[in-house]
Amino acid sequence: MRVLAAMSGGVDSAVAAALAVDAGHDVTGVHLALSPDRQTLRSGARGCCSVEDAHDARRVADELGIPFYVWDLAERFAADVVEDFVAEYAAGRTPNPCLRCNEKIKFSAVLDRARALGFDAVVTGHHARLADGELRRSVDAAKDQSYVLAVLTAQQLAGAVFPLGSMTKERVRAIAAGRGFAVATKADSHDICFIPDGDTRGFLARRLGEQPGPLVDAATGATVGEHSGAYGFTVGQRRGLGVSVGDQRPRYVLGIEPVSRTVTVGTADLAGVAEVRTGPPTWTGTAPRLPLRAEVQLRAHAAAVPCLVAATEDGGLVIALDSEQRGVAPGQSAVLYRPDPENGDVVLGQGTVSR
Amino acid sequence: MTYLDHAATTPVLPEALAAMTEQLARVGNASSLHASGRAARRTAEQARERLAAALGARPSEVLFTGGGTESDNLAVKGIFWARREADPQRRRIVTSPIEHHAVLDSVEWLAKHDGAEVTWLRVEPTGRITPEALREALGDGSDVALVSVMWANNEIGTVSDLTALAAVAHEVGVPLHTDAVQAVGQVPVDFGASGVDALTMTGHKLGGPMGAGALLLRRDAACMPLLHGGGQERDVRSGTLDVAAIVGLAVAAEVAVTVREDRADRLMALRDRLVAGVVRQVPDAQLNGPPLDDVLAGGPGRLPGNAHLSFPGAEGDALLMLLDARGVECSTGSACSAGVARPSHVLLGVGADADRARSSLRFSLGTTSTDGDVDAVLEVIGPVVERARRAGMSRA
Repeated sequence: MRVLAAMSGGVDSAVAAALAVDAGHDVTGVHLALSPDRQTLRSGARGCCSVEDAHDARRVADELGIPFYVWDLAERFAADVVEDFVAEYAAGRTPNPCLRCNEKIKFSAVLDRARALGFDAVVTGHHARLADGELRRSVDAAKDQSYVLAVLTAQQLAGAVFPLGSMTKERVRAIAAGRGFAVATKADSHDICFIPDGDTRGFLARRLGEQPGPLVDAATGATVGEHSGAYGFTVGQRRGLGVSVGDQRPRYVLGIEPVSRTVTVGTADLAGVAEVRTGPPTWTGTAPRLPLRAEVQLRAHAAAVPCLVAATEDGGLVIALDSEQRGVAPGQSAVLYRPDPENGDVVLGQGTVSR
Repeated sequence: MTYLDHAATTPVLPEALAAMTEQLARVGNASSLHASGRAARRTAEQARERLAAALGARPSEVLFTGGGTESDNLAVKGIFWARREADPQRRRIVTSPIEHHAVLDSVEWLAKHDGAEVTWLRVEPTGRITPEALREALGDGSDVALVSVMWANNEIGTVSDLTALAAVAHEVGVPLHTDAVQAVGQVPVDFGASGVDALTMTGHKLGGPMGAGALLLRRDAACMPLLHGGGQERDVRSGTLDVAAIVGLAVAAEVAVTVREDRADRLMALRDRLVAGVVRQVPDAQLNGPPLDDVLAGGPGRLPGNAHLSFPGAEGDALLMLLDARGVECSTGSACSAGVARPSHVLLGVGADADRARSSLRFSLGTTSTDGDVDAVLEVIGPVVERARRAGMSRA
């Protein structure tokens, strides 16, 4: 196959590209420039598209002897990922920008362009298994990225290759070290690449300005605090609420009402939900027949819980959870899996949590 | 492999390689007083004389540098500083928006950090700077530190008449620097006869080594140094002379100037066949820069080996990648250090829109170019453009 290896400059995508070369594919490396104001040097372990990262990616490509180019997708990324991120928070929801980037950039803009230029597929360093059209969790549970890939359709998955799904991160680093890649010991990137200092609340405050409002206790209706912007909160959040209530029991964010800027908080017994509703789902293969017994994961790095999935009249999903869950935030994806402890849980699809 | 990126760099000439290899094996610092030092100095000074003769300069007007970028920085900053020191009113720099970044960024640095004011010259749609445009920009010249205008443009190949431009600058007593990196060895360049005050040239564009160049600087031109130290080069440039590189530079320049006319005829014929063949397959391809047969002051008005074309609806990036995959090496113009393609400032500077600027490719022919190279491009260009157009101008 002629494949395009998306190379961020990190160790995962470097090894993915190398394995694609080993597999006998005709590989071309591409670094995606996503930030409009690229920094010369990486700051901390965050971020992924400084000039230094592009250099790291190019070094690996040169060692592999494959062509390497930089594609400037900063405008698309700003429109489809960053603006969406800000708008979602402004609407009281909690988006997942990595998922959005996979949906709109890596397996849409990049894959479409790659196909038009004569490539058969895009290779990435995502930790997930993909074989016979089935997307499964990585063998490395801690590094599994199937959650942020669940939004991909069969058509998109047909143009994707994930060489790392059947190995641990440790093994990936060992391969990189064995090949002498300088990125073998490069730190993992964390958090959100376009917020290199990790201060999401500060980033949103710069974009959305101060929007003060009340924190209201769900049980009493009393105002128990003030905030400078409802976008600084996520449903299920416990820390940093700045509320003072007499009973000393911890409070959780239960809901965010963007128009009145009201953030509702409540005690643990009120924070759990037994039913989750989503917008119209996407499926990784043919749509399954509903209702359906499955497992659902409600945010990145959360455990999946058994559930019953049914269709709603308006084309969405209603997911009845076997056990109540805290921290179910509108805007996150509810990712459905068919459990398979032996070969890795299979991603069925996902819907965006509406409430 | 079909190498059509000679304007980026061109193979080292065998004569230069032999001379350099011989010199590399010898010990000796040209500043040392003993026999080895004297031998090195003799070799370096012979090279200086040969280079001067090839370019119509006096040996004392040749300052060896580390290449084109250093020569441009030295001329722009050094002459600006010297002229302003002599008269604090002289803070204006007159230059064109299509200069190489070594000039542009030097000028912009002076504007940002050192009080310079910039007047941008009007550029003809072909990329030429006219004496009229310069006269307009200079005014009475009393507040102007220097003029910097390139002899030939590195992207679209346009040659300007530096003799005429220097005369205009001198009417109002202003010195003129020219970046002639692309011009030397391609079109007639006579430093003395042209009257320009400072001229940038470099080795690796004409068959010499990388990292070796020169600033030709008239004896009466004041220029402050960038690099302080031993004062090796007329006290304007310091640093131990790289004798082997200097020898390679001089030999290459000598050869390039000697064979220039024959080579230019040969390259023009190849280039014209290339452009005609491309346009036959891609009828809406647009030639950027002056007409292929343009003539200026008795010489070519366009660099003989330069073909710069826009392919509407296709991205230069995609074209380059597809050609690269088929063994054809060319260029889209300028890329920043991270390799992110930007619309060419040269095309934007001659009035092209961003789409045309983004859809352009430069083929540059040189000494080793053959009919086979042209055939190789013509064999693939049709399908390549078609495919790139399918990938679209999505910016994705």
